[in-house]
Amino acid sequence: MSAEQLAIALQGVSKRYGEIVAVDGLDLSVSPGICFGLLGPNGAGKSTTMRMLTAQTLADTGTIEVLGFRLPGESKQARMAMGVVPQLDNLDVELTCRQILGVFAQLYRVPRSERKEAVDRALAIANLEGRADTIVRELSGGMRRRLLVARGLIHRPQLLLLDEPTVGLDPQVRQELWSLIDGLRTEGVTVLMSTHYIEEAERLADTVAVMSGGRIIAQGTPTELVHAHAGREVIEVYGPPAELSELEARAAANGWRHRRSGPAVAVLGAESLNGEAPEGVRRPANLEDAFVALTGQEIE
Amino acid sequence: MSAGRTARRIHRLDPAALAGVMTRDVVLFRRYWKATTFSSIVQPTIYLLAFGLGFGSLVHSVGHVRYVPYVATGVVATAVLFSSAFPGMFNTFIRWQFQRTYDALLAAPVDVEELVTAEILWISLRAGVYGLAPLLVGIPFGLHPAPGMLLVPLIGFVTGFGFAAFGVLIAAVAKTIDNFNYVTSAVLTPMFLVAGTFFPISQLPHGLRTIAQFNPLYHCVALVRDVSLSHFVAGDLLHTGVLIVFAVIMWRLAVWRLQARLID
Repeated sequence: MSAEQLAIALQGVSKRYGEIVAVDGLDLSVSPGICFGLLGPNGAGKSTTMRMLTAQTLADTGTIEVLGFRLPGESKQARMAMGVVPQLDNLDVELTCRQILGVFAQLYRVPRSERKEAVDRALAIANLEGRADTIVRELSGGMRRRLLVARGLIHRPQLLLLDEPTVGLDPQVRQELWSLIDGLRTEGVTVLMSTHYIEEAERLADTVAVMSGGRIIAQGTPTELVHAHAGREVIEVYGPPAELSELEARAAANGWRHRRSGPAVAVLGAESLNGEAPEGVRRPANLEDAFVALTGQEIE
Repeated sequence: MSAGRTARRIHRLDPAALAGVMTRDVVLFRRYWKATTFSSIVQPTIYLLAFGLGFGSLVHSVGHVRYVPYVATGVVATAVLFSSAFPGMFNTFIRWQFQRTYDALLAAPVDVEELVTAEILWISLRAGVYGLAPLLVGIPFGLHPAPGMLLVPLIGFVTGFGFAAFGVLIAAVAKTIDNFNYVTSAVLTPMFLVAGTFFPISQLPHGLRTIAQFNPLYHCVALVRDVSLSHFVAGDLLHTGVLIVFAVIMWRLAVWRLQARLID
């Protein structure tokens, strides 16, 4: 697929802050119309990548194209056609929902005659019609997050950037947001979502890229990633620490992929172990297994 | 969904972006205009009571000008200074560092130059209008209304633009909000005292008098006093020029420094 057709195309992008390399030769291609999940532990470079897509952070090297616009030179044109939902709430706490959406409708150049309709539509998306004239300070955390999403959608963007959309939200609010995001993809909006929640990536993303150390170390559909890096089945063995250490030694000696999983040791790719497999609970491999196998990091 | 390549041409300092940022300021202003208006009336009243009536009983006139009109016109510059430099410093710092509003705005099709310019424009428009307050307050104290006073909002706007930009510049280089104390005490306070507000700078020793020539506020005071109490003279062209140059330099510096802090 040529760069012209891609919603987002990054090539050899690097960004360093002093000694710290935040993004390290990143290549990233996002096809239009999909939900693309950027999955990685904290500090993997996800937020820096997101900020580079709006030219709020400038890359040291490499090229960035968003919706066919070359950044940073044409970043304003790109920002015109995309919406951004930041990780940290930056709503104007002194304004009402309607006022915030009105200001952003204007900033995104929604024609005056269409602004009211755009605001009403965004309020409906966020399910905040009843709170239109409530000051943001008085909204709950979940409502504020929905308003942030609605603000990013006020101008019907082709592309939506979601930076850790559900971080810090309780499970029920998270579910609500997931339905909202899923609905966008149905409407044909391209979504780039960064997350460190495995379940979020697994549920929403058509394509997942695992990011670690400022670059992408694996990419595919969630199922492809699981099969490639954790096999089809996992055996979880529970037991006292000494026994688990012994099992880990045995797994290492036999070349079995394995990981500590809380109070258990999980042996990956168990379907190919045949008779040698240890006794334990068999379950299908999941994205978490693949993620830990790839990054070597336990998740929260 | 028809944006993409066909998006309209985007200009530098796009009026739509400026208007968008200023709309936000206007909406906010509708919430706090009462407090702003209250202080803009009370402050010159206090100055006129303290200096006009207090000092005025000792000093009857400065040159040909009676002391109450002298102070009422001088305090215009003070009002403009306070209603531009302080919002420039505090609003910028709070919105940028604490509320992250600027992060949100810059993710939209707005660049730092537009953001800074819109904020300064709004502050200086407001400062220009509120610059009239001391003259209105001065009328019951014996200030005679004059047609030249209609120029005062314009003078206040140009002066306010410079000082609002100065405030933004300070916010952009400050490490913490406490750093503002240095600027307030070491720069703004002497500036407002040595500007010919309450006493003519011709009274000052030669060195201080020279320094005062470089104080934009002095030029604002001189200009306001001329148009309000007599008329525009040739020397006022110089005052106008200084205020414009100050405004342009501060504006460019503010954009440059805040750009460096907002875009990494």
